[in-house]
Amino acid sequence: MNEAGHEHSSENHSVVGSEQDRLTISRRWLLLKMGIALNAVVGVAITIPVVKYLFAAVKPDEEYKSWVSLGPVANFPVGETRLAKFTNPVRRSWDGETDGVACWVRRVAEREFQVFAINCAHLGCPVRWFPQSQLFMCPCHGGVYYADGSRASGPPERGLFPYEVRVVGDSVQIKAGEMPTLSNSASLVQLGGVKTDASKGDSPCRG
Amino acid sequence: MSRMKRVYSWLDHRLQLGKPLLEMAEHPIPNRTASWWYVFGSAAFTLLMLQIVTGILLALVYVPSAGEAWNSLNFLNHQLTLGWFLRAMHGWGSNFMVAVVLIHMAQVFLFGAYKYPRELTWTLGVFLLLMTLGMAFTGQVMRFDQDAYWGLGIGASILSRVPVVGGSLVHMMLGGPIIAGATLSRFFTLHVFVIPGLMLAFTFLHVWMVLKLGINEWPMPGRVVRRSTYMAEYHELTEKDGRSFVPGGVWKDAVFSAAIIAAVAVCAVVFGPFGPGGQPDPTIIQTVPKPDFFFLWLYAVLSYLPPNLETPFLLIAPVLGIAALLGLPFYASEGEKSWHRRPIAILALTTIAVSWGVLTHLGTYTPWSPHMDAWSGGPAIPARFLRTASPVEREGAVVFQAKQCRNCHSIGGYGGQRGPALDDVATRLTGDQLIRQVLQGGGNMPAYGKNLSPAEVTALVSFLQTLHPANEPSAADAAQSVTGH
Repeated sequence: MNEAGHEHSSENHSVVGSEQDRLTISRRWLLLKMGIALNAVVGVAITIPVVKYLFAAVKPDEEYKSWVSLGPVANFPVGETRLAKFTNPVRRSWDGETDGVACWVRRVAEREFQVFAINCAHLGCPVRWFPQSQLFMCPCHGGVYYADGSRASGPPERGLFPYEVRVVGDSVQIKAGEMPTLSNSASLVQLGGVKTDASKGDSPCRG
Repeated sequence: MSRMKRVYSWLDHRLQLGKPLLEMAEHPIPNRTASWWYVFGSAAFTLLMLQIVTGILLALVYVPSAGEAWNSLNFLNHQLTLGWFLRAMHGWGSNFMVAVVLIHMAQVFLFGAYKYPRELTWTLGVFLLLMTLGMAFTGQVMRFDQDAYWGLGIGASILSRVPVVGGSLVHMMLGGPIIAGATLSRFFTLHVFVIPGLMLAFTFLHVWMVLKLGINEWPMPGRVVRRSTYMAEYHELTEKDGRSFVPGGVWKDAVFSAAIIAAVAVCAVVFGPFGPGGQPDPTIIQTVPKPDFFFLWLYAVLSYLPPNLETPFLLIAPVLGIAALLGLPFYASEGEKSWHRRPIAILALTTIAVSWGVLTHLGTYTPWSPHMDAWSGGPAIPARFLRTASPVEREGAVVFQAKQCRNCHSIGGYGGQRGPALDDVATRLTGDQLIRQVLQGGGNMPAYGKNLSPAEVTALVSFLQTLHPANEPSAADAAQSVTGH
């Protein structure tokens, strides 16, 4: 206690002291400013890699997407819409079941396919296909789509998200890898219906 | 000097905490403020402590990995001694905490406590509310089941609507292109490190200001807050008509906190833990995702908004709402505190409370959702609708059932509520109108024109035309009765 008190009073003395002391103090402030500046430099230097690390998951959509096989063509009878499952091409060993993805495959003709994301275009809930009424229905807010994926009713502003699809040899392949949302799939909308047999299941209200 | 006192003075000589703590304990509070109305803040604090303790205990066992989280929760529920109880305490503690924080906020608002000089206390409180809700949402994700999985999907879908940067925000939120291991890891970090750390810091400042500035006095009509005179008036009040915080006010806090913790424990024992529900396998699509209780209102809002208003609402309304809450104490930092003189405040609070209650109630039974199994899983169309039906009409009933009409339309008290009940549809629509509605849809109904054969339409409509009470005629086209066609 005594020691501390003594030190304190000597500090006081130097504050009110001579020109020499004032110079000492301004030098101490300068050293502090230098310390702050040094911290700023080091901080910025460290922040850059930290930010890069934080944003590592932000990539262009194409970097996440690749062609995935949904199985042989024969699994999908012509004129029917069936659920297909695949493992997401971008995955980690600790993903568990969550690396599985489902999609709806509609075989329009012998070599013509439409593949829709399972996710409702409203808020991403999984839509279900009802072959009897030829409709997709969403259990969350009641979005309904026709067989060709176009919007029928409910809150969605657009049709189901379509995947790019191709047939290579015997297998149906889609370009997948990302959860389809309005931000990465909206550009795939083909106004006026997808290039398919427009006489079946399409909305009669569309031009 | 007794031994205890010697230990105390040895400690205090080094800690130097005795004097400031004593000052806090003895600071005067207005007599009328030592009321049961002022116990919610301390109760929220107690619940935060409960959540931290139970959360740490759960983290001893829980595995924050997408592949194992669900299994470890089931292990906690069924195999580990009293693991279910800790999960239930943490789950019910979170429900109680959201409720108590909201009640605390409503009380503070009603009592005008956000006015000068307590503006910043309110501002920090708003952030604490947001963080409490953030904990509730990230906590639902920890329960890594189907609802958690699709809840994340809804979150990502909302974020994707942000212009320009939506896609990047989704990648940031999910930690990758899909909801998977990286997603759970970052939500675990938010739920366990980031938000609780911030909450503790904010809570410390919030309580510090309450103790330093003094608790809000009981609002009296006519006692107007003015910046120039308030501090002097407040100190005069606490001196003339006040008491020391300990024990004069704090004993009620202690009693209520104990009661709240007891209530959480009783709920935990009686109702048990929340979930986990189905396993988080995104390829299992037989699921009806639903958010936890405190987000049901939002779920309801999203089904009732017109589609083209949704994105603006989702992106603008939260910003405006939070800005209004933050701006409130700066807009109204002076003036009347008493609810007798603040009709707009009462009206605003009542409106919000009633809207919240109604939307939450709707969210509990989701009349906007189709009942996905109503066409195949429920009771058949009651015999009374078919007793006198012709073969065509009976065929129509089969079409009605087989084409999932019942997923959205109830008949005989069973079916979806998305569309109107059809028990007496023939009194509202004529045959022609029924045909038009079935073929072209409209009014939120899909068009069945290309999904039904002409024969099916004829059968369906002839069945629908029989659906009217015996004592009420079916709807008729007035023009046809005049012209005789």
